[in-house]
Amino acid sequence: MSTDAPLTQVERDDLRAICGIIIPASAEFDVPGADDPAIQADIVATLGRDAGHVRDALDQLGALAGQPFAGLDPARREAVALQLRAAGGAAVATLTRVVLQCYYRDDRVVRSLGLEPRPPYPKGHVLEEGDWSLLDPVRARPPMWRRA
Amino acid sequence: MNDPVDVLIIGAGASGAAVAWSLAETKMHILCLEQGGWMNPATYPSAGRDWEARVFADYSPSPNIRARPEDYPINDDNSPIKVVNFNGVGGGTIMYTAHFPRLHPSDFRVKSLDGVAEDWPIDYDTLVPFFEENDRMMGVSGLAGDPGVPPRNPPMPPLPLGRSGPLLGAAMNRLGWHWWPSDTTVATVDYEGRARCINLGHCTPACAQGSKASTDITYWPVARRAGVELRTHCRVREITTNEDGMAAGVVYYDENGVEQFQAAEVVVLACNGVGTPRLLLNSTSGRFPNGLANSSGLVGKNLMFHPYAQVYGYVDAATDSNRAPPTCLWSKEFYETDRSRGFVRGYTFQFGRGVGPVAEAVASEAKGILPWGTGHHAAFRRLNGHRLGLSAICEDLPEEHNRVTLDPVLKDTSGIPAPRIDYRIGDNTARMMEHGIARAKDILAAAGASEICVNSPILYGGWHLLGTARMGFDPARSVVNEWGRSHDVKNLFIVDGSVFVTSGGVNPTSTIQALALYIADQMKERLANLFD
Repeated sequence: MSTDAPLTQVERDDLRAICGIIIPASAEFDVPGADDPAIQADIVATLGRDAGHVRDALDQLGALAGQPFAGLDPARREAVALQLRAAGGAAVATLTRVVLQCYYRDDRVVRSLGLEPRPPYPKGHVLEEGDWSLLDPVRARPPMWRRA
Repeated sequence: MNDPVDVLIIGAGASGAAVAWSLAETKMHILCLEQGGWMNPATYPSAGRDWEARVFADYSPSPNIRARPEDYPINDDNSPIKVVNFNGVGGGTIMYTAHFPRLHPSDFRVKSLDGVAEDWPIDYDTLVPFFEENDRMMGVSGLAGDPGVPPRNPPMPPLPLGRSGPLLGAAMNRLGWHWWPSDTTVATVDYEGRARCINLGHCTPACAQGSKASTDITYWPVARRAGVELRTHCRVREITTNEDGMAAGVVYYDENGVEQFQAAEVVVLACNGVGTPRLLLNSTSGRFPNGLANSSGLVGKNLMFHPYAQVYGYVDAATDSNRAPPTCLWSKEFYETDRSRGFVRGYTFQFGRGVGPVAEAVASEAKGILPWGTGHHAAFRRLNGHRLGLSAICEDLPEEHNRVTLDPVLKDTSGIPAPRIDYRIGDNTARMMEHGIARAKDILAAAGASEICVNSPILYGGWHLLGTARMGFDPARSVVNEWGRSHDVKNLFIVDGSVFVTSGGVNPTSTIQALALYIADQMKERLANLFD
């Protein structure tokens, strides 16, 4: 396992590059990619206990690339990224999860999903009552538990 | 030197809080030692923007991942189901889903009815007054009239059906199968000082609103006002005995890590199905070389988990997602034995409402249904907010090879040997899980769901820790008697999930707490001759 020291510049460049492949920007959905500077800053600032696994995944990525991943041409990056995902393992799973958990809390992304960018507390949500008449056929059933 | 106490309770979770409250009326000097601290709802995940991410870190259900100072490590490498728990005032009730079914009457008679395992030494009717008392103390919401369970009258109305409930209920009606809104400990109206649920939707990793009943906000405030002392950040190492073979007290490490001795007339264990056998096995002496209360050799054996077979899919309609408590409906259609299914005993279906966007993204990416690259956004919008799911909570039968022992190497931060889990899913349970998966797929098909995903068993699904110090009449085949007292040590009681003889097919907290109240009641009735 790698250390929890801050990521090097090479590692940050590779992280940004793989993030852009995992979740690219989309004009259709009007959302940034995971390589967006604000999302990158969130990822790097909140790595915490995941730093070791993320660094291991980036090492794995560099090894597959044979050079810094960010320096590859776009087609080669795509191919290496596919190899990384196929390889799997705890480090890759952690890297992917870290990217997703920061991406899907970004204000712009959350709004694009039709959600409010806020924590659940204290506002909460409104829950519909639903149609209780659906229970009528169940209410009509005889007891089905065994007496013992 | 600490002053001796009359009753020393170890553990401030579901059962420890209930027994403390019940015994408080005796006016005895009652002390509870808890290795964790008081929780601060202002710091709970749902109060921050990183609410979903913290489930993977300091609010992971796994103590091995969470690794708070209050936690102890567990070697569960040799188990397909990992242990999950929580250490702090409130114990596992801080991080449970608040699904609150009771065991059924048939669960206490499995040998007589189905020829497997063993009957309990008590029956459902014995526990009814304690179920009712516990429902009132914890505050249960639900709907009377369910034909799937014995009559009960929850003190609060049920949670709304929301969007997901009608989709699932209509599917069950198409199949002609039983369903009902779940009993939960989520307050649906203001209740005994607790504010009503406002649908934070992230109930399991603790409720910032205080609507979900955890014993730090239900039993403990009342018990402390009645005089019970609760000492936090105190980790018990062992129970000591005197020359008469009675429990003398405990050795523990206080909040500063200083070793202390606490003498007690009565010791009550409430550390649940892994912590309790761990402590008994760590309490060896010349008289009890194999651990305390272990003349039967059964301490730590017969561990039961309830393997969960989880199945979910996606519908076109919007579901509740994270907009509501995860508890929704239950089904008892496959609870009671029907041998034509290829197994005995049965399971409850527990229906969920969906998950939040991060949980959806992480799970779907891992399942391979959420791609990397240009297709990501469209796929995510098809999945997010459209999930319908359910789990079969399968009855686990007691098998001695499923056990808790002491790990020869692993220790906690106090140097106390950690527990090791050796567990495999039994053949009967495996067949039950397959049946549950097939029926769950039928239900999701009836609801119009596609892209079906299965997690069986749920890896981090060892919520229910049962059977490792079971109750019974025969000292050779059980650890405690029919009212929770150790057969071997007559001032030692166990009140947690360890004493379960069989597991039933339901979340066990309601029954654990009813048992704790029953045992406390037995103690009060027998105070004059408690040790005879």
